[in-house]
Amino acid sequence: MKNIKYLLLRRVTQITILVLYFGANAYGWKMLSGTFGSSLLFGFIPLADPYTTIQVLATGFILGADVLLGALIITLFYMIVGGRAFCSWVCPINMVTDLANWLRRKLKLDKEEVNYRFLKRNTRYWIMVLGIIVSAIVGIAAFEVLSPITIMQRGIIFGFGAGISVIFAIFLFDIFGVRNGWCGHLCPLGAAYSLIGKTSLIRVNHDHEACTNCMKCKVVCPENHVLHMINKKSIMVLDGECSNCGRCIDVCDDDALEFGIRSYIKKSKK
Amino acid sequence: MANSNNNRRKFMATTLQSVGLTALGGLLWSGYSDEVKASPLILRPPGAIKEEDFLSACIKCGLCAEACQNRDTNIDRLTGKAKQGTLKMAKGGDHKLIGTPFFTPTEVPCYMCEDIPCVPVCPSEALDMKSLLDKKGALDINKARMGLAVVHKESCIAYWGIQCDACYRACPLLGEALTIEMQRNGRTGKHSFMLPIVHDSACTGCGLCEKACVTEKPAIFVLPNNVAKGKAGDHYIKGWDKKDDKRVENAKAEETTTELSKKGDAGDYLNDIGDLY
Repeated sequence: MKNIKYLLLRRVTQITILVLYFGANAYGWKMLSGTFGSSLLFGFIPLADPYTTIQVLATGFILGADVLLGALIITLFYMIVGGRAFCSWVCPINMVTDLANWLRRKLKLDKEEVNYRFLKRNTRYWIMVLGIIVSAIVGIAAFEVLSPITIMQRGIIFGFGAGISVIFAIFLFDIFGVRNGWCGHLCPLGAAYSLIGKTSLIRVNHDHEACTNCMKCKVVCPENHVLHMINKKSIMVLDGECSNCGRCIDVCDDDALEFGIRSYIKKSKK
Repeated sequence: MANSNNNRRKFMATTLQSVGLTALGGLLWSGYSDEVKASPLILRPPGAIKEEDFLSACIKCGLCAEACQNRDTNIDRLTGKAKQGTLKMAKGGDHKLIGTPFFTPTEVPCYMCEDIPCVPVCPSEALDMKSLLDKKGALDINKARMGLAVVHKESCIAYWGIQCDACYRACPLLGEALTIEMQRNGRTGKHSFMLPIVHDSACTGCGLCEKACVTEKPAIFVLPNNVAKGKAGDHYIKGWDKKDDKRVENAKAEETTTELSKKGDAGDYLNDIGDLY
């Protein structure tokens, strides 16, 4: 049980959120309605996707106050509390790419070197900036016309249509193309949340005294460059690209990894 | 020294590559986005701002469609369950900008709810509540202009002389948005045509007429305003209307010269044309 604790928690969170959104349309529930673009929590707290909001603002349209307030609430939440947790605890595409990644490991595709390294992990930041520029040029929120995240979410709430092919494309890309190709290299929303969540308080903490250097964490981590301190230093994983998924904690047999609260005060003393 | 030169060259090459690939991506992405936003034959929810602005403003949250689906009036009296809502969210394969709300009158028309549940929930103001307020500041669905009903008289059986007023009966603003005009039927000599006439001044574009139309493919149908309407321009004014008369001040004169007039004497043009045979 220990080694799937956070995995289970994440799946429960992701599915609960999707069920609430689905119920808002199908049964008129008021807990969480709308979609990631903009939502209402408990029928009155506005929430909005910061990256979508910036794209719409880039088109030159002055958005309503509800969206602006919603984007501020979401930004502050991930900035202060969650880090890049949206990607691994909320986003439905995470379930698709996690499945692809798991199959990749089971099929031993990485060992056969079926990995095209033409993509760099910082490509996503280029795409993020490009998305804002294209929005300004074309006059519509550019990432939203092809975002598999909202296509999948709307698919679950309102019906998929041909949108399902986009989800399938991501799955194929991640399994036969680049390892962690979508979430770890391309997704501009993940890039935005990496930047927003850089300062968050919840962080994975590494205890290098307890570590036996088995490297299971590095195998399972979708952003394994963030784990550069493994068996070297007892510090926190402070890279914004860590999505706080907790898989490394799950697979660690030595209790060398655990969630902790970052302390800004202690840091300044050192 | 040679090493640092190599490094610099490599750095330049990678930077150039990144910039080039980004430009390529930007071109493809812009082209694709520009294509997918072109769907002129789309009907938007009440209060939607001008289509061009709507495409940028809509944040694709679906709150309007959810409010439409879950409105109190959407309960089937027989089964007690909710019927299909009017507003749909465009999905892949609909060939409309993905994630934006629209409706198709032949499937489910807009029933013009008095409390307009779909509009106040819009967080981005892509649906403009102010445009639907009457003088007292109350919501008035009759101010909605989702589109304009148009009659194709060749397929409308009322224009054949067959008695049908299905669209007229279905119109929520019957007598205002849709009237019946009597005309003598010369073919029989003793009947009258009862012709449906749409009035732009009152038609909201709800599509109930289109849904009610009895012909195989509706002879009355709603088109988006920018498609259905012409524009006279400021050169043509109603001279008998003082207010309208003022519009002529906006009219701009446009001088054109034809290739022929540049050639010189206009009187010679028949002679210059060459052989007539």
